Amino acid sequence: MMVGGALSPGYRVARWGYLAFCVAAFVFLIAPILVLVPLSFNAEPYFTFTEGMLRLDPEAYSLRWYRSILDGDEWTRPLANSLIIGVSATVVATVLGAAAALGLAHPAMPGRKIVTALLISPMITPVIIAGVGMFFFYSSLGLAQTHVGIILAHAVFGAPFVVITVSATLAGFDWTVMRAAANLGANPLVAFRRVQLPLILPGVISGSLFAFAASFDELVIVLFMGGLEQRTLPRQMWSGIREEISPTILAVATFLIVFALLALSTVEWLRRRGAARA
Amino acid sequence: MGPRLRAAGLALPLVAFVSVTFLGPMVNLLTKSFYDPEVADALPETMSALRDWDGQGTPSDEAFAATAREFVAAREERTLGRTANRVNRVVSGMRSTIMGDSREMAEAAAVAEDAGVEMGGAFWRETMIGIDARWGGPEPWRALRAAGQRLTARHYLKALDFERAPDGGYQRAPEAWRIYVPLFWRTFLVSLGVTLLCLVIGYPVAHMIANSPPKRANVLLLLVLLPFWTSLLVRTTSWIVLLQNQGIVNDFLVAIGLIGDDGRIAMIYNMTGTFVAMTHVLLPFLVLPLYSVMRAIPPAYMNAAVSLGATPFQALRRVYWPQTLPGVGAGCLLTFILAIGYYITPALVGGQSGQLISNMIAYHVQTSLNWGLAAALAALLLGGVTLLYVVYDRLVGIDRIGLG
Amino acid sequence: MKSSGAIVLSVIVVAGCRLAADPPPGSAPGSDAGERSITAVSYGGSYARACVKGYHESFTEETGVRVDLADFQGGLAQVRAQVEAGVVHWDVVDLSVAETVNGCDEGVLELIDPSILPAGPGGELPEDDFLPEMNTECGVGNLLFSSIFAYNREILTGPPPTRLADFFDLERFPGRRGMRRSPEANLEMALMADGVPKERVYDVLSTPEGLERVFRKLDTIKDRVVWWDTSAQAPQLLADGEVLMTTAANGRIFNAQVLEGQPFVIVWDGQVLNRGQLAIVAGTPRLEDALRFVEHAARSESMAGVGRYIAYSPARYSAEKLIDRHFETGTEMWPHMPTNPANMKNYLMTDWQWWADHGDEMLERFTAWLAR
Repeated sequence: MMVGGALSPGYRVARWGYLAFCVAAFVFLIAPILVLVPLSFNAEPYFTFTEGMLRLDPEAYSLRWYRSILDGDEWTRPLANSLIIGVSATVVATVLGAAAALGLAHPAMPGRKIVTALLISPMITPVIIAGVGMFFFYSSLGLAQTHVGIILAHAVFGAPFVVITVSATLAGFDWTVMRAAANLGANPLVAFRRVQLPLILPGVISGSLFAFAASFDELVIVLFMGGLEQRTLPRQMWSGIREEISPTILAVATFLIVFALLALSTVEWLRRRGAARA
Repeated sequence: MGPRLRAAGLALPLVAFVSVTFLGPMVNLLTKSFYDPEVADALPETMSALRDWDGQGTPSDEAFAATAREFVAAREERTLGRTANRVNRVVSGMRSTIMGDSREMAEAAAVAEDAGVEMGGAFWRETMIGIDARWGGPEPWRALRAAGQRLTARHYLKALDFERAPDGGYQRAPEAWRIYVPLFWRTFLVSLGVTLLCLVIGYPVAHMIANSPPKRANVLLLLVLLPFWTSLLVRTTSWIVLLQNQGIVNDFLVAIGLIGDDGRIAMIYNMTGTFVAMTHVLLPFLVLPLYSVMRAIPPAYMNAAVSLGATPFQALRRVYWPQTLPGVGAGCLLTFILAIGYYITPALVGGQSGQLISNMIAYHVQTSLNWGLAAALAALLLGGVTLLYVVYDRLVGIDRIGLG
Repeated sequence: MKSSGAIVLSVIVVAGCRLAADPPPGSAPGSDAGERSITAVSYGGSYARACVKGYHESFTEETGVRVDLADFQGGLAQVRAQVEAGVVHWDVVDLSVAETVNGCDEGVLELIDPSILPAGPGGELPEDDFLPEMNTECGVGNLLFSSIFAYNREILTGPPPTRLADFFDLERFPGRRGMRRSPEANLEMALMADGVPKERVYDVLSTPEGLERVFRKLDTIKDRVVWWDTSAQAPQLLADGEVLMTTAANGRIFNAQVLEGQPFVIVWDGQVLNRGQLAIVAGTPRLEDALRFVEHAARSESMAGVGRYIAYSPARYSAEKLIDRHFETGTEMWPHMPTNPANMKNYLMTDWQWWADHGDEMLERFTAWLAR
């Protein structure tokens, strides 16, 4: 983008500096994540590259930490818990969030600004504060240390994501189309299904993905409210890091990185599709 | 059904849901920070006997008798320990006073009962002062009375490192006990530092993505989005693996001979660990808003400025930078607000010097069980964040928070 | 449309809740639900494993009641929180005597009738067979553990530390120190290292000047301390070379030595001994099974079972005789036990009454000191 021509040496140095800096920054962003992947195949119980690994000796690599994930229920139960909690919270968040976004996008919606602020507030409250408040409140209702309590908490954190993504797909929506459909005798449900649903679907899907990922990665609420029966994957990793850190954690981390890649690709794909259509 | 009603009806379920599952807890939390009925409920007679006391010397005989009766009875029912804990939070040292003295008061009561001595106010005044001379002064009584107030500002006072002065006014807590204000201050500085670091790293990165051809921009964007989507725990784990004493970075530095094997650098379990890991976690939150602003700036502006004779640096400073300011403001605020409530990362890699205010809140919730103080600290933090949001709202509008 | 939406929504929410509704942890005795269970809470890692092998398994075998294991890091906080919130998930908790006494005063622990204590294998009466001061109103003694400090011989290659004072000597032993993030044992160790004779430690601690002195001593190493929270972190920090020396529970270091072959060395000078007990959380719906569990744990065979896996001394004389070699590696256990006279040349016995009265205040003071 910079114009060529009379480039002073100073400029050239700055340009190289800029490039080097950016490369370093990208390495900083991505290297810590990628470094875990080969380490998770370490045949030794170390967190660093052994000489054999550096020589690319196949003997130095093994799947033992992946096998140990499946040993016993130390990791499988947390995974099941994470999935149950994540899916349930996502369903609640998606249904409520999508409906609310439809309402908010309607030109006749009363008090839009304040309602939006309310609905978004869980997402932008420091999670420690929300976690503490929920712990006190849910304890007094007997919902602490239950799956239901955590699902409700995660749902309320996930809903804003759905509201935002669905609202985005509805920006610029021509509401006269809906009125026209009604005038032509379509009942509101049919009009919704035929006109709005296809439009908001990418937003619903990416919003629910965000909501699921948020629940899947959430730890503070679980730390405060979860008991033995509600151990999730992040909770188990937390214990693993604080107690006996074993390379099994790296294998779990690799699994989570793959999950992140899949979620990211899906959202990006949906977005590009939406952008291409617009 | 009118369109207004229908629109409101669609939003209503979530509004109700958020109100119950989120707003309810928040209101409950704020209430806990100034409403504390526990001691008042546990020692009702003592409190009513102390109501008319002027706070000087010792209270009435009645107060002695009521306190002794309630202490002995609560001891019997095994509830006194809890009450003593509460009073101890108002004046440190009261727990051992109450628990130790009540043990002897119970014995004295048993002896007196056997001997048929009437246990009136005068008896208890003498007995209590005999057991522990402190009951002959105003301090323990003031502590009891203060702990018995249902509506109280004491949690906020403590959270701001203040305390009640003997004359009823307020004064700063003794030096050794001033911990919360410095901790708020540290949290503020760390958040500011992390935000600035993110800006310094993120600005050129966002610029590069925004000015790359689409294919390359997509790849580069992926490098920012992958960390964004990767579990926080994974990223924290990787920093432990990288930075620990026998970690990859130290191994590398030893291998290239920059440091000796016994000169490994402590990069984790201290402030460095908190700083590095938090910057890594928060960087995408600054890059993404910056990128979306920069993408909208036509390159023609810079070209025009340069062809009009500006050096590239002048063009950057005078033309480009001002146009990115909305993105800089929004990104910095978002990053700062996220940083200020950080808990997991400091807890795992921060050591003691890297602990932030949220770690202290968690401590009071989970370990000291001083929930009123935890609530007050959380309320203060929430107040600060809300203030920042008002600024954010003025700058960009709260309903326009985008998702990468 | 609004109403149909609401119906769909409520169906989904209800279905979601049902899907996620968990069975209560351990059904109450008397209910017809299949398996009975109790939740026993201890410090996790190798100690928890010793408990499982030592007596949880035999308890389940004998009674058919499953034992679920939960981890904590000591202290009454979570017990208090559960009783306060009215949702008791834990049944039997591993605590120190000071904690049990406090919990008893606060009504968060059940009183335990001493008549449930079983006789020893040779018919020894419990009142003679338990070591002194092992049992209290709400707690049944199970073991003695010790806070010691240890180092890694591979990393600390010079002349080794031999005295407690060496732990605080940054000049002769420059490097980071690991310490538990809690005042217990740390305060005593700091005072002893500062030259206070062990008999006077608690008297000095009871005075404001004494407290000043403790924290001044701790100040001398504060910058170099890595604070750990979970007992398992101590050997980890030592193995990773994050610290040159660390305080630790002796059993954790022992297990790292024998099971992982770690070149750790324990310095017994100035060890702080403490009594461990089992207690029952007040209001548990599984009281009957919890009492049976405590009775089972109080048997000499159970204590010896633990002592064959981890180097903590049993609470009964008759159990001492049953302990010989480590169950898995065949290591002689007695040289590693904290109550072995060879290791007790200079030790301090924790004053539980002092900690029961001052524990909360010390924690508050310690936290304030840490935060500064």
